[in-house]
Amino acid sequence: MALPYYVSPEQMMADKAEYAKKGIAKGRSIIAMECAVGVLLVADNPSASLHKISEMYDRIAFSGAGKYNEFEMLRKAGIRHADLKGYTYSREDVTAKSLANAYSQSIGTIFSTDPKPLEVEILVVEVGEGDKPNEIYRISFDGSIIDERGVAAIGGKVETLMTFLKSRWTTPAITLREALRLGIDALDTVTNQKLGPEGLEVAVLERTRVGRAFRRIGPSAMKALLGSP
Amino acid sequence: MPLFNDDPGSSFYDLLLSRRPDFSGVLPQGPPPAHAPGMPTASGLPSVSHGTTVLAIRFQDGVLMAGDRQATEGFQVSGRRIEKVFKADAHSTIAIAGAAGPALELARLFQIELEHYEKLEGDILSCEGKANKLAQMVRGNLPMAFQGLVVIPIFAGYDLKRREGRIFKYDVTGGRYEETDYHATGSGGKDARDTMKQMYQRGLSEAKTLRIALEALYNAAEEDVGTGGPDLIRGIYPTVMVMTEQGVRDLETSQIAEACTALIETRRERA
Repeated sequence: MALPYYVSPEQMMADKAEYAKKGIAKGRSIIAMECAVGVLLVADNPSASLHKISEMYDRIAFSGAGKYNEFEMLRKAGIRHADLKGYTYSREDVTAKSLANAYSQSIGTIFSTDPKPLEVEILVVEVGEGDKPNEIYRISFDGSIIDERGVAAIGGKVETLMTFLKSRWTTPAITLREALRLGIDALDTVTNQKLGPEGLEVAVLERTRVGRAFRRIGPSAMKALLGSP
Repeated sequence: MPLFNDDPGSSFYDLLLSRRPDFSGVLPQGPPPAHAPGMPTASGLPSVSHGTTVLAIRFQDGVLMAGDRQATEGFQVSGRRIEKVFKADAHSTIAIAGAAGPALELARLFQIELEHYEKLEGDILSCEGKANKLAQMVRGNLPMAFQGLVVIPIFAGYDLKRREGRIFKYDVTGGRYEETDYHATGSGGKDARDTMKQMYQRGLSEAKTLRIALEALYNAAEEDVGTGGPDLIRGIYPTVMVMTEQGVRDLETSQIAEACTALIETRRERA
């Protein structure tokens, strides 16, 4: 009679975590940074049509690193969740906090029950209204959720990237241009290459905008912004 | 958060239908109340009677949409500041006529529908696509229309591909018809259309189009009890939105007030 094999829960979780981490580290990085106009998102993304950063709701943006089909599924689920909630109650009742919580629950459940964990790490970012603070939530493959301040990074060599950013980023009062410059420098340093505007995906959540605060900054706008004094 | 393993598609309206079986636009079955306004007539289709005038006119740079501000309940005025023209997305607007509750709901749902699609797909629906989706939503309201709660929208938008303004009108069954020049609906719709027929010509400027729209609304307000004219005492003027290549522009009240005053002045001289 064959004995049913036993794997300890610790071993199983450690294996899953290692598997997920490997997948995420293979991907490219994304940075979120508070600046004077709101929150800037910069991604190392050579594709002009497959997005890593996207609009979720009026003042909320989403970005995902890791396996494309998995974070794309999460992105769509989030938009559906947000739009249903906004329709049922009111637009102002859709918050990054509740979205981040819902993501954490779903991703955590998949990590502990499904044979294969999600190889993703996501950011849910909300720009504050008036003088309210911005919110940046980082949610990992196991559903753990971290409330970040100032700067956050996901995907690729996150530790190196965060060390670089934390040593340079000093205040949320930096201009959009300075923030973009810093973001590009950070990505250049960890990838050991010069990323041009065509190799980047950039978007900003603007604090003063009424309604939908999300705005993409395309290659030409990026060149104009970096070139201006 | 449900992760939707079988993709429900990019439509918010369909998502709502699948998630909430109770949300189907269908009222509890039973005979409609006797003498209800808009009750099904002998032909079976409900008569379209509701206090409103909304209109759309094409001009050289795009299309203009306008509506009066009055809401009626039987023979009473129930609201003087109601909005009937709404921005649907960056390049289109929807105007509503009919039972206020379902009509406002349709406008709100349509706005969310367009934004939802845009966010999920990362692309904006084509002008034609928006018009077709609205037709399906109007058709979804048909059971309610048979109970007397008729909703008839006008959809107008700037078609970025064709580089021109477009107007679509609807019937209760969700029939969708494109108008080439202008259209008006609501209880004062016929009067407004008569005015526009007299004044319309191709290649109008924006200022002239605004004048025609206000003339049409003024005439509709004079002939139809359900349509409100400009209220000079409270400072309530029609809603006017202009769609061009640059997007939707909600005209300032001061500009509309000025045009209304000029119009009244000419009429006073004539009288």
